[in-house]
Amino acid sequence: MKRFAIWITVLGCMGLIFPALLPADDHVLTMSTTTSTQASGLLDILLPAFTEDTGITVKVIAKGTGAAIRDGMDGNVDVIFVHAKGREEQFVAEGYGTKRYAIMHNDFVILGSEADPAGIKGQGDAVAALKAIAAQKALFISRGDDSGTHTKEQQLWQDTGLLLETTTQTIVKKGKNTDIQFVYPGGLGEWYMSIGQGMGKALTFADEKQAYVMSDRGTYIKYKVGRKEGLDLVVLCEGDARLANPYGVIPVNPAKFPQVKIKQAEAFAEWLVSEKGQGLIANYRLLGQPLFYPDAIPAAK
Amino acid sequence: MNFFFDSLFSALQLVFAADPELMVIVGLSLRVSLTSTLIAGLLGVPLGFVIGFNSFRGKRVVITLLNTLLALPTVVIGLMVYTFISRRGALGALNLLYTPNAIIIGQVILIIPVITALTIAALSRIDDRYRRTALTLGADQFQTALVVLREARFGIVAAAVAAFGRVISEIGISMMLGGNARGFTRTMTTAMALEYDKGEFVLAVGLGIVLLTISLGMNTLLNYFQGRYAE
Repeated sequence: MKRFAIWITVLGCMGLIFPALLPADDHVLTMSTTTSTQASGLLDILLPAFTEDTGITVKVIAKGTGAAIRDGMDGNVDVIFVHAKGREEQFVAEGYGTKRYAIMHNDFVILGSEADPAGIKGQGDAVAALKAIAAQKALFISRGDDSGTHTKEQQLWQDTGLLLETTTQTIVKKGKNTDIQFVYPGGLGEWYMSIGQGMGKALTFADEKQAYVMSDRGTYIKYKVGRKEGLDLVVLCEGDARLANPYGVIPVNPAKFPQVKIKQAEAFAEWLVSEKGQGLIANYRLLGQPLFYPDAIPAAK
Repeated sequence: MNFFFDSLFSALQLVFAADPELMVIVGLSLRVSLTSTLIAGLLGVPLGFVIGFNSFRGKRVVITLLNTLLALPTVVIGLMVYTFISRRGALGALNLLYTPNAIIIGQVILIIPVITALTIAALSRIDDRYRRTALTLGADQFQTALVVLREARFGIVAAAVAAFGRVISEIGISMMLGGNARGFTRTMTTAMALEYDKGEFVLAVGLGIVLLTISLGMNTLLNYFQGRYAE
């Protein structure tokens, strides 16, 4: 009897292990994406529709853009869906991805308290707004996590022409020294807080400290009106063309990683730029507000 | 294996170059953790004496409760303290949230049970004759406590070491109450979590190696002193 029980247990354990050993399913695609596509709820609309049309399900791993791109470079996923155009193009140029599909964009806004110590309310020029914040040494919260939003913020600081400080960290990669750079306008830890966390945490941090912060509009709306105790932060600067935030999808290159399911990955990208996918993106509303604007077919309905 | 060596070399490079950012991170971690260990020690050791020396109804319940608190998740403490010191909270006006002091508050709460419980355990191992002898020789309560403290010092130092290990390695409180602001409240553990999020595993592992080395150094130092006193 005892022996019988042991056999049952062993068989049970094998039952748990074996499915993991079976060859990968052709109908499952693995995608690394930024937290914003998932947190905004857009994927909850897109993915079920895609599965219905093609029979392919998508496993989503949501991370910062830096980590999502890294997943692609390590061949951990089949496709990436991120927002850092420069780095995406580099990803393709270095042969990690096959092609960048421009999917959609939304925009960034600069937020702050009603008190607005730097006086940037209504300022249409994002660079001028940052300059005013720096001149006042008003508290500014930076994502500082190498995400798409952080990349954009660093570009804007560079555009201000202020004297920026750069820290370089040297790390060893594949036996060679590699430098990681990080640009900021001085005042680190005093008025410029680089917190190295996601958008939601940066918004909460800024709200607690009544500080300035740059955010994508979707996450801001979600935290402003989608929460019981919404943020007190208000939009102070918006509409600058430099605040556009384009999203792209890139299938990982099977020439580098043979296990990549390129057919399914391409099907996914093509579906996103099709009329159906673009229409779903255009019509997606969060709390009555449009969050994303389709890029492949701008007039999609 | 390659990956491991890359991380190891990165760590060595960071340490030997006395990378200024690394120094700030390590310095803050040590400062915060040592401060909270000290404060928790000043509160927890006397508390341990009070509970350990006196017999009262419900003593076992108190000890069981303390032992339960050892398993208190850092996230729970973080949340609790957060609700008090948030701008909308009771102590919001003090502007404590996202400062090193906020981390210290949370960590002290985390390790007072550790120090108290381990102090009680250390006391229970001391022969009761020390206490009774001191009392018959005319020592008052406080002097008696000092005699027993002398005997129990290794156990109490061990309690402090355990508490220090708990706070220097915790991340929940540092992240929730400190906020991981670079050059201000970034500690070793929050820095590691960040490097992981960024996909820079090499740097994350490098920092992990530095953290381990510091713990090893602290313990070696204590071991050395304990050895000398034991002779």
